[in-house]
Amino acid sequence: MFFAKVIGTVWATRKDEGLQNFKLQFIQPLNSAREHVGDPIVAVDTVGAGVGETVLFITAREATIPLPVEMAPVDASIIGIVDRIDVAKNV
Amino acid sequence: MFLGKVVGTVWATRKDEELVGMKFQIVKHVGLDYTTKETFVVAVDTVQAGVGDVVLVCSGSSARQTVMTKNKPVDAVIMAVVDKLDVGD
Repeated sequence: MFFAKVIGTVWATRKDEGLQNFKLQFIQPLNSAREHVGDPIVAVDTVGAGVGETVLFITAREATIPLPVEMAPVDASIIGIVDRIDVAKNV
Repeated sequence: MFLGKVVGTVWATRKDEELVGMKFQIVKHVGLDYTTKETFVVAVDTVQAGVGDVVLVCSGSSARQTVMTKNKPVDAVIMAVVDKLDVGD
């Protein structure tokens, strides 16, 4: 699982039937200090996250597990909204 | 998933028999302002996207999770045509 910040929403009418009813969010991956890491990706939102929120997301085939459908072409899902990150210093 | 722009089509007559009937598109990565990058992937098109369309591409084993690509030797699939992006500051 990784951290990311929700930076936008993607609208797509013509899409695979496995993606109907899912919200697609643009997310910018972050490190534990909430600094940007790599390029933004698109993820299915399963928790109702909003733009600006820090979220937890999963990637690869596991990303379809939280979805209420048998088959969906999804390789990234938002599975939690982060309230707080505690990181010990000097460890 | 990542955002891409369809820039071309790949034609291949001799290919795995599981791939017969599929359309292969060349998809360049694009940034949030729709500018294309130099990197690209070849992806199976399941939504009849055309050259110039901005699309979403799913990669890895998740690319086999469509009706058209189930259990096929495919690791990148175009599964949505993007209408609009709302991006915050």
